[in-house]
Amino acid sequence: MPFGNTHNKLKMNYSSDQEFPDLTKHNNHMAKILTPEIYSNLRDKETPSGFTLDDVIQTGIDNPGHPFIMTVGCVAGDEETYEVFKELLDPVIEDRHGGYKPSDKHKTDINPDNLQGGDDLDSNYVLSSRVRTGRSVRGFCLPPHCSRGERRAIEDLSIQSLDVLDGDLKGTYYALKNMTDEEQQQLIDDHFLFDKPVSPLLLASGMARDWPDGRGIWHNEGKTFLVWVNEEDHLRVISMQKGGNMKEVFNRFCTGLTKIESLFKDRGHEFMWNEHLGYVLTCPSNLGTGLRAGVHVKIPNLSKHESFGEVLKRLRLQKRGTGGVDTAAVGGVFDISNADRLGFSEVELVQMVVDGVRLMVDMEKRLEAGQAIDDLMPEQK
Amino acid sequence: MASTFTRMIAGRYPAALLASLGAGTVAGGLLLSDSALFAEGKRSLYPPSADFPDLRKHSNCMAAALTPAIYARLRDQVTPQNWTLDQCIQTGVDNPGHPFIKTVGAVAGDEETYEVFAELFDPIIKDRHNGYDPRTMKHPTDLDASKITNGVFDEKYVLSSRVRTGRSIRGLSLPPACSRSERREVERVVVTALAGLKGELAGRYYGLGDMTEKEQQQLIDDHFLFDKPVSPLLTCAFMARDWPDARGIWHNHEKNFLIWVNEEDHTRVISMEKGGNMKRVFERFCTGLKQVEQLIHERGWEFMWNERLGYILTCPSNLGTGLRAGVHVRLPILSKDTRFSKILENLRLQKRGTGGVDTAATGDTFDISNNDRLGKSEVELVQQLVDGVNYLIDCEKKLEKGQDIKVPFPVAQFKKY
Repeated sequence: MPFGNTHNKLKMNYSSDQEFPDLTKHNNHMAKILTPEIYSNLRDKETPSGFTLDDVIQTGIDNPGHPFIMTVGCVAGDEETYEVFKELLDPVIEDRHGGYKPSDKHKTDINPDNLQGGDDLDSNYVLSSRVRTGRSVRGFCLPPHCSRGERRAIEDLSIQSLDVLDGDLKGTYYALKNMTDEEQQQLIDDHFLFDKPVSPLLLASGMARDWPDGRGIWHNEGKTFLVWVNEEDHLRVISMQKGGNMKEVFNRFCTGLTKIESLFKDRGHEFMWNEHLGYVLTCPSNLGTGLRAGVHVKIPNLSKHESFGEVLKRLRLQKRGTGGVDTAAVGGVFDISNADRLGFSEVELVQMVVDGVRLMVDMEKRLEAGQAIDDLMPEQK
Repeated sequence: MASTFTRMIAGRYPAALLASLGAGTVAGGLLLSDSALFAEGKRSLYPPSADFPDLRKHSNCMAAALTPAIYARLRDQVTPQNWTLDQCIQTGVDNPGHPFIKTVGAVAGDEETYEVFAELFDPIIKDRHNGYDPRTMKHPTDLDASKITNGVFDEKYVLSSRVRTGRSIRGLSLPPACSRSERREVERVVVTALAGLKGELAGRYYGLGDMTEKEQQQLIDDHFLFDKPVSPLLTCAFMARDWPDARGIWHNHEKNFLIWVNEEDHTRVISMEKGGNMKRVFERFCTGLKQVEQLIHERGWEFMWNERLGYILTCPSNLGTGLRAGVHVRLPILSKDTRFSKILENLRLQKRGTGGVDTAATGDTFDISNNDRLGKSEVELVQQLVDGVNYLIDCEKKLEKGQDIKVPFPVAQFKKY
């Protein structure tokens, strides 16, 4: 499952060249890397749960991409995908994650005490702070490939574990298919509700099957810790609050994640992780930490400065609009977050955001006062 | 890596299964034919009841027909090409439908789908095709256009006439299931055959991926171009994969005979012209179809067809004849009469907007076509359409003169063949 030709027997009567996709108009990592030779070597393989090469690449074939935006163009259906199809995925990972080699080891560090500062970002500029990551439950297929039974099992497991959380992490689960109109409206107002994916990038990979079965949102009473179940990954874990206290956000993030991990272990399940790829998620772009730490920050002057792009690049940060990925900035407010996911630990990435945003706010203040910022230009991290 | 790997999945499947296969095989990936043991392990962990879809909010033929018992019996079956039940029904699970519009909710991946999953498809077919029972009834095929009478309409009312159907190439998977090479093979077989058409049927092919801007614009202006499907009914059935690879449009130089390749079916065949000469449209339709069939026979191919279901197409709604014969007709007064719907219903006709299915009518012009597809032959359905449209025009004329009209008796259902 889930694609038409996943186990189509007739296709093996045709040569590899006859099956090879037309990628001449494509601009994504998969299309750059996939050669007829690689296709030929991998096309008759499958993972133990039956995920095939055609399953991996379908989203990349169906979404040629854009000359300016390089998407990944492949997804994993289970943990073993990254092993069985390494001939394709290792170079994709290397290309996407700044030269990360098949022999490299990834460091995991979710000890919030190792973060320096981060409680001192100027709330006049930094409107909100947020850290998110994903986790996959070992032994289950990932969203592109899972059956309804598996997806429901993941949901049950998540509910059981999250129900145990207490203190400021105590919260409630809202299943997408059972939500009342009132609950739905509240979740929309809180900016918590996720919708059925409309992006063709996600639809073409089979992730929206059976919507809304097995999907839901859990959040704590304080509305500062939130878990999405069975959206683009098994779990997406989010810690967020207004203002610039990234340290507090990251503390809660680490505490919550660690607790959730141990609760899953109590029930006989661990997260997908290995020392080469770190945490294993559906999209190769989220491997390693799967972490995006970001702020909404008001930088109307800096964002118009000719060096803005260069500043971001050197700080290893990226900008997005305040609606998230693929949206525009509104009123000079940008979403600024780490560009990397793999090859740096969680602490290192959040540190980059904290230090980088502090610097950018300083630059904004200088520009407000009509002063130059040349002496503040950072080195390439 | 291999031993870590083995340990990693030991939690999911019995470790013995893995040991017997050898960790090296697992790390290197199984060949497509070797997954039986793992499938076995998964089946015992997830019985059919764990996978049964939640259809409580659904209104489509599949949701009405699928019971947990049927699902349990069919979930682990496959067609000879390995097409599964879950793949058939995914579109119906993902598109709950609307209380007023009952969609089908299941598609076929290959010809054998209708046999292997007959326990589900037979009731769907019965529901959709007014009680046609594939277990006991036979479908008649008749493409002798000479039998049509009164097939030329008053052009004061009928602006255009059109007949369409679909044909599938036996031995190749259908659009939800086909691989790229199969789809390209369909294109090759069909385009080669069409190149053999002569006289008023001679024409040329435009591959969707290869056409120039000028060609594209011309096809749009002619109302011939089809787009990548956006309807979730189709995209959830995996039909838009690899777009626009191996998709295209063929039409004759006269622009009144047109074939779509690899859109929702292997082929869609369309005969159309301005005006009211439905008889000529149907004549060309039958001639063209027969010639294409002859041409593919010469190369060792045939269309999917059987006595039970007639011509086999992707959607069960198009089985039998797959035929929609229709006109664009102006009925300014009749369309506002409260009896309009009932008249259409009794004549076994449906109305659509002039943009096709799920569009609104513009002005007073409607697309009127036959409701039925299966259980009556092509000739019967076209005659029914002809008689029906003539009746509607007659009503319109009466109403113009201030005379009253009558709702006709319902047209007879199936004959037993």
